[in-house]
Amino acid sequence: MRNPQLNENGELIHLLSLDGLSREILLGILDRAEPFTAVAEREVKKVPLLRGKSVFNLFFENSTRTRTTFEIAAKRLSADVINLNINTSSAAKGESLLDTVDNLSAMQADMFVVRHASSGAPYLIAQHLAATRRSHIHVVNAGDGRHAHPTQGLLDMFTIRHYKKDFTKLSVAVVGDILHSRVARSQLHALATLGVPDIRLVGPRTLLPTAADRMIESTSLRVCHKLDDGLRGVDVIMMLRLQNERMQGALLPSPQEYFKSYGLTPEKLALAKPDAIVMHPGPMNRGIEIDSAVADGKQAVILPQVTFGIAVRMAVMSMLAGGSAQ
Amino acid sequence: MQSLPPATELIDQLVAQLRPAITPATVLVGIHTGGVWVAEALHAALKLATPLASIDTSFHRDDHHLGNGLKAAGRVSHLPDDVEGAHLILVDDVLYTGRTIRAALNELFDYGRPERVDLAVLVDRGGRELPIAATFCAYTLSKPLPASQSFNLARATDGQLSFSLGEK
Repeated sequence: MRNPQLNENGELIHLLSLDGLSREILLGILDRAEPFTAVAEREVKKVPLLRGKSVFNLFFENSTRTRTTFEIAAKRLSADVINLNINTSSAAKGESLLDTVDNLSAMQADMFVVRHASSGAPYLIAQHLAATRRSHIHVVNAGDGRHAHPTQGLLDMFTIRHYKKDFTKLSVAVVGDILHSRVARSQLHALATLGVPDIRLVGPRTLLPTAADRMIESTSLRVCHKLDDGLRGVDVIMMLRLQNERMQGALLPSPQEYFKSYGLTPEKLALAKPDAIVMHPGPMNRGIEIDSAVADGKQAVILPQVTFGIAVRMAVMSMLAGGSAQ
Repeated sequence: MQSLPPATELIDQLVAQLRPAITPATVLVGIHTGGVWVAEALHAALKLATPLASIDTSFHRDDHHLGNGLKAAGRVSHLPDDVEGAHLILVDDVLYTGRTIRAALNELFDYGRPERVDLAVLVDRGGRELPIAATFCAYTLSKPLPASQSFNLARATDGQLSFSLGEK
């Protein structure tokens, strides 16, 4: 079966997951994002690639940063952006996901940016659009359940490439709640596809997949239960947010306990290479997974990540809707 | 088949035409990619004090649906800090439909309002689809080049520019 994200020419029509996308496609997106980083520095912070297109932000789950950066990205491409706060709209009145999609399609949508608490919701929408011969409408996954957050994964790769250039010589540690994290899943797919030879999954047993090789297929993955082992000599540290709800499931004793074992402090950071960068997808829990001294320190690239996120999302949206012939 | 004089001769021609029009504040803006090479040659020959600028038209092209544009990675416009009120000369290798120039002008105006914009090209091959003309042109073909053909500018490792005739 063809990857549902690609058309018969192998071009990207939806961005649902980084799983199954080739190195060539991933690098193509990163390359295309480069010139967009300069758009924000112009007098006119807009380019006309999506002029006349309508982008609907369908956020069935709360998010400020992701929704805002998608909105800015679409607006800088000159698209019209419609934000739907689903909690207060028809879904609350009982409308089904696909009915919502049908209604918005009838309003001449060109793209749906979807955030949903259920894994696979964006796939369902893409399938539905294909089945009803509306494949000209593009779907971008802005995070679905525990499954994927592909634009976050891409902006992380863009950030790594910006600071470290070559993926094939890097040691990268992903630290935190990997088991429940869609961000981690997307990062791991991208890191493996881009040829990172040493990827370390770092966290307590309760928050790591039981067999790392079952999460993604890659020989470069290694599981570390001790933070020290995970950080020693790495070039890149990718912190994950510890979701508060995990505390309730008895997976962790307490935030203080977690910080003691897995919190990134200046002392722990010193184990990594002196020029290692520290990343975090936000929102940060200071004092739980990351110490303020690190979050605000010289090695943190957390705010550049946010800025690069706009360029990467512009690249993705322009590739989907501003690119090749329909 | 139509042929061109050597590119170096065309550059000398263009330098001669540009010299009287240049002021100390004039900025040459090469259009990626060939136009940047030409602009570099002109900039050196004219010994301009203003830094050379470059412009990438990808964001404003009108042919994305034809599968063109936004292919080259990492090419970005490098324009003067103050486009407002500047005298700019856009430089390209070949003038054809005029669509690239239209896109370049749009890109330019995203940075400010120049006082004056001129266009300098090595070759005008005819076939315009928009009302655009070069201010300075080293060589105009006596009759338009067929659409199936194109002049391709290449730069050798020693910086020497040369045209070749290509078939689509």
